[in-house]
Amino acid sequence: MTVYTFDGTLDGLMTAVFDAFERHEQPEKLLTKGEALPLFCDNVHEVITNEEKAKRVWVGLEKRLTCQALRIISVSWLSELPEVVNPLFNYVCKTFRQPQGATSIALNYADPDVLAVTRIGWKVSHEQLRMKQFIRFQKAKDGTYLAVIGPDHNVLPLVIGHFRDRFNDQSWLIYDAKRHYGFYYEGLGMPMQITFENEASVPFNLYDGKLKPDLLSSDDQLFQDLWRTYFKAICIKERLNPRKQIKEIPLRYWKYLTENKKK
Amino acid sequence: MLTENTIERLRILTESAKYDVSCSSSGTVRRGKPGFVGNTVGGVGICHSFSDDGRCISLLKVMLTNSCMYDCAYCVNRRSNDIPRATLSVSELVEITMEFYRRNYIEGLFLSSGVVRSPDYTMERLVAIVRELRTTQRFYGYIHLKSIPGASQELLSQAGLYADRMSVNIEIPKESSLKLLAPEKDHQSVFQPMKLIQQGVLENKEDRRRFHHAPRFVPAGQSTQMIVGATKETDRDILTMSSMLYTQPTMRRVYYSGYISVNTYDARLPVLKQPPLVRENRLYQADWLLRFYQYKVEEIVDEQHPDLDLEIDPKLSWALRHPEFFPVDVNTADYETLLRVPGLGVKSAVTIVNSRRFGRLTSFDLKRIGVVMKKAKYFITCHELSSPLPGSIRSVNELQPERVRQLLVSPQERKLAEKEKQLTLDLEP
Ligand code: SF4
Repeated sequence: MTVYTFDGTLDGLMTAVFDAFERHEQPEKLLTKGEALPLFCDNVHEVITNEEKAKRVWVGLEKRLTCQALRIISVSWLSELPEVVNPLFNYVCKTFRQPQGATSIALNYADPDVLAVTRIGWKVSHEQLRMKQFIRFQKAKDGTYLAVIGPDHNVLPLVIGHFRDRFNDQSWLIYDAKRHYGFYYEGLGMPMQITFENEASVPFNLYDGKLKPDLLSSDDQLFQDLWRTYFKAICIKERLNPRKQIKEIPLRYWKYLTENKKK
Repeated sequence: MLTENTIERLRILTESAKYDVSCSSSGTVRRGKPGFVGNTVGGVGICHSFSDDGRCISLLKVMLTNSCMYDCAYCVNRRSNDIPRATLSVSELVEITMEFYRRNYIEGLFLSSGVVRSPDYTMERLVAIVRELRTTQRFYGYIHLKSIPGASQELLSQAGLYADRMSVNIEIPKESSLKLLAPEKDHQSVFQPMKLIQQGVLENKEDRRRFHHAPRFVPAGQSTQMIVGATKETDRDILTMSSMLYTQPTMRRVYYSGYISVNTYDARLPVLKQPPLVRENRLYQADWLLRFYQYKVEEIVDEQHPDLDLEIDPKLSWALRHPEFFPVDVNTADYETLLRVPGLGVKSAVTIVNSRRFGRLTSFDLKRIGVVMKKAKYFITCHELSSPLPGSIRSVNELQPERVRQLLVSPQERKLAEKEKQLTLDLEP
């Protein structure tokens, strides 16, 4: 049994594909370093991540796959799920093993690897939509709008373009408290990726995203109250359906919402 | 300046506006622009929250005023009701919309109003708000404006330059019933503005062909709403009206609103303990079949079956009435035929068409793709020599439709349907 190990990065995975072709073999498994090796492996190859090789694989993919398929691949990687590694690795290898001119396997959902990668890609896309829905900004005294998120997958890079387009004349910060980084936009130019050296000292609550009251702009509380009032008033009592509500907004997103009843 | 009092008025005007079920922010893609606030994303729009009734909150749905000189029997805001009345000023509404939008609470505004003084007087105020939003505030988000029955063409054409979507509600599908419940209205007062909006859109298309920069007129088209269960109309009456409306190129959505007994004292209306939600849901399913599955009204409801089956969805209902159409071979049937299989949606039909080019699909593949096999298995074949599922599957023809129906209705669905049927029986005098 042939096993490759890699460093857990996308470049590493792509390098593994490169190596597999260079060595004329198809490993049964791609493991992240530190994972336990299976009992019967006679051939272990350690992949040394190499940007140049990774790039060549990616360029090759671009020639063989549609934009949509490429997007699914990069999006599935942002899932950060360990179970994406092997299907994705196999999917990419299979793409290169196909004869020139054959229909791309990207739409063949009867292939378990393609299906797994696509499914995970859909899941991540779904969560990026949820960020577009449920991000809530609070306005700070200095005019910056702040939102804190903690998504299951690393979807922040996928929504920045949307918020840049929508709120292009206000400065904002969207911070992923789970992954300890955010994007800051000054109201001009491009959003910048930022991290805090001392995260404990940030002026907002890392758990529920609430900005310190003395830093809130003077009318922000009023608009939060207006929103909560609206949220309550729009409900038709004769149609109460808490199950649907919780299906649409899973519990884990509630803590960041302005309309959270406990606030 | 907004105050505590604004909060109270917003509450009143939201309570008054909430019975209009439309909330979607769909139908326009408009990218942001430097110096403007907002964009619209197209597709189905974005729901920013879900209220306790499980409905999507996409827009700030509010009335300018809930005072009204009309007396429509089914409406909370009718003049003979003794309820708190309130009005928001133009500047208040504009400020709330902008501040909500900037905090990512909403996709935009859905504005309507009761009729005060005259239709034109009211419409003018509505136009003033959307004009202010679009020009002074440079608001680029979504605006849905409900047009006031009887407003002049002049005002409608102004409004259309600022709104993404406009709507006029039919409310009651048969004119005789409408006149009985809303003496000040008739179908003319609904269809006339619809026609004007339609004309505006078509003329605007012409203009834009010639002058590229002509502003767009109601780019997200129109929508309308019908109340379900307030009058004796059958589902056939309702769906016939819907399909007639969908023949107009600018009609994007027909909404169905299960009647909620707001004015229990009015003898012209039934007193319902609970709105007919199952029926409403079945109507939406039927509407979906009309719009995306190429069904015709007569296939869904006809003289013998003027009302939708409450226990099963209209697609399954059609399939059980047409066993001769099945089984469908998933490896060869065309897309339209696949769409008729219960348990197979648009997504799985597309997936099947894409995947089967690589090889024959087995029932195992179908399951993985996301086909609801529990339902679909009675209606398909994949020509397998030996079935991988335990026990061989018997088709709808072998089992008889009635038996398949029994197998597929869940006890919960049956109970809900039963409860709702009881509700309507109580209605009969
Ligand atoms: S005109 Fe509109 S607001 Fe006035 S009573 Fe009729 S439905 Fe209600």
